[in-house]
Amino acid sequence: MSGLTVKDLVVDHGAITALNGISFTVEPGQLAAVIGSNGAGKTTLLRTLSGLKQASGGSAQWIGENILGKKPENLVRHGISHVSEGKSVIPELTVAENLALGGIWRKDKKDVAAVTKEVLELFPRLGERLSQRADTLSGGERQMLAVGRALISRPKLILLDEPSLGLAPLVIEQIFHTIDQLRHKLGLTIVLVEQNAMSALRIADIGIIINLGKIVATGTATELINNPALHAAYLGY
Amino acid sequence: MQQAINALLIGISNGFIYSLMALALVLVWRSTRVINFAQAGQAILSTYIAYEIVTRTDNFILAFIGGVIAGALVGAVVEILLMRTLFKHVSDGPVAALAPVIASLGLLGLIRSIIGMVWGNDQKPFFPPVSTNGFTFGSTTIPFSRMNLLIVLGAATVMIIFTLIFQKSNLGLALRAAAFQPEIARLAGVRVGAIRTIGWVFAGTAGAVAGILISPNDAITPYSLDSLLIFGFVAAVIGGLESLTGAVVGGLTLGIGLSFILTYIGTSLIFPATFVVLALVLLIRPQGLFGSKAARNA
Ligand SMILES: Nc1ncnc2c1ncn2[C@@H]1O[C@H](COP(=O)(O)OP(=O)(O)OP(=O)(O)O)[C@@H](O)[C@H]1O
Ligand SMILES: [Mg+2]
Repeated sequence: MSGLTVKDLVVDHGAITALNGISFTVEPGQLAAVIGSNGAGKTTLLRTLSGLKQASGGSAQWIGENILGKKPENLVRHGISHVSEGKSVIPELTVAENLALGGIWRKDKKDVAAVTKEVLELFPRLGERLSQRADTLSGGERQMLAVGRALISRPKLILLDEPSLGLAPLVIEQIFHTIDQLRHKLGLTIVLVEQNAMSALRIADIGIIINLGKIVATGTATELINNPALHAAYLGY
Repeated sequence: MQQAINALLIGISNGFIYSLMALALVLVWRSTRVINFAQAGQAILSTYIAYEIVTRTDNFILAFIGGVIAGALVGAVVEILLMRTLFKHVSDGPVAALAPVIASLGLLGLIRSIIGMVWGNDQKPFFPPVSTNGFTFGSTTIPFSRMNLLIVLGAATVMIIFTLIFQKSNLGLALRAAAFQPEIARLAGVRVGAIRTIGWVFAGTAGAVAGILISPNDAITPYSLDSLLIFGFVAAVIGGLESLTGAVVGGLTLGIGLSFILTYIGTSLIFPATFVVLALVLLIRPQGLFGSKAARNA
């Protein structure tokens, strides 16, 4: 059974067509890097897959089930977690409350406690700041909190929107390293949207390059990295 | 000295009522960004239901419970039937911000005319469950009565229950998350639609408690809680409009402030004084006592 299958996806923002017929497949356990410049449609893609945005056409399936037209609060119950653009945390709540929010819908409270413990082992800095409000965290810590919150729902598919946005190079390397670790440890399928093309492709299995709402190139990460034609235009050097 | 203590005690009693109304307004504002003028109508309708029960059974506790349940139900019905429909049809632009407010004003009129049809527009005496005569110590009688004590205890109990729910339960976490960042709350699995309805239910409950506790001092009419709406709104703004703690502190500030002005200056000043208190707070802290500047801009 295939993982994420997107076919001829069309998404409009009023008169603007942000995605104009996008098709790709991500196998279970794969990490797909979605790359493209500002306004390419990357965020729109993730928002559509997590149910925040309505599609105008095409289809999207996750392990054989249609996901278009479903609400985000239901999709998260089917294993799809979206860490949205720009530090997806609730600033007014404490770190502990943000984490608790990730498990709020889950019945298995024992496992919520277990996975929260794992998350705190993964990001010890969060553990030291549990009663602090999220808006007092640094950018990197907030991103850890956002990823941690998503993990507490025990997702199968994680949609990550520019986790490196606004972070220092060293922190970016840490975040990418963690993402790479996590998916091997937990067998996650990941769609990673990034402008940091090379860093993303280095940990990715496949790459999808979008421009103006259309796919301009796909392939294994190695193929894309080694394709000189793509470098100047899309990969940033 | 005795006069100051009296002013303080009456101020606290009134302040708790204002706090409850402010809580009702803040809960709705936080969950749906609506200034709900109909809150006065919802509260007086709940009060009439309590009045009906108390005249039939002579049992204030039963009347209180019945009125509060009615308040909760009316809150749910208004959110589900009116607000959801409105939000479905207008989701953008200035109309989306204005339509619910206008609708709440219309609803206020509708509820009053329904009350008028069922109970008539004349004054109904709401008999107090306990004495409204002030406590007597030796030879001095203070204005603070058993009824005032009941008001303070009742309102404080409701506030403690609310605080526990908001701070300690998953429902409270969902309510706060949905109020601050509905989109992230949804991504985390919170059913924001249902949570909004619950916000209105809590607001309806708080408004009903305020109406039922304040009315036994007086007779009720379909309009008798209108001034409470204004006091509640001023208290909510003083508290920063976003904060539940702010609503409580705002209500007490207003209640005590007004009580001192009335004691030392004169009763004809109650409305001007209300706005003087509001203006003073907003001059010193435009975001309210507990609001943040960012929240005010959002
Ligand atoms: N809510 C919206 N209303 C109108 N247009 C929108 C909206 N959101 C996105 N768009 C438009 O859709 C297009 C794609 O935007 P999107 O946010 O998906 O790009 P992106 O690839 O994520 O860009 P970035 O790298 O800057 O985050 C852009 O032209 C954008 O202006
Ligand atoms: Mg984007």
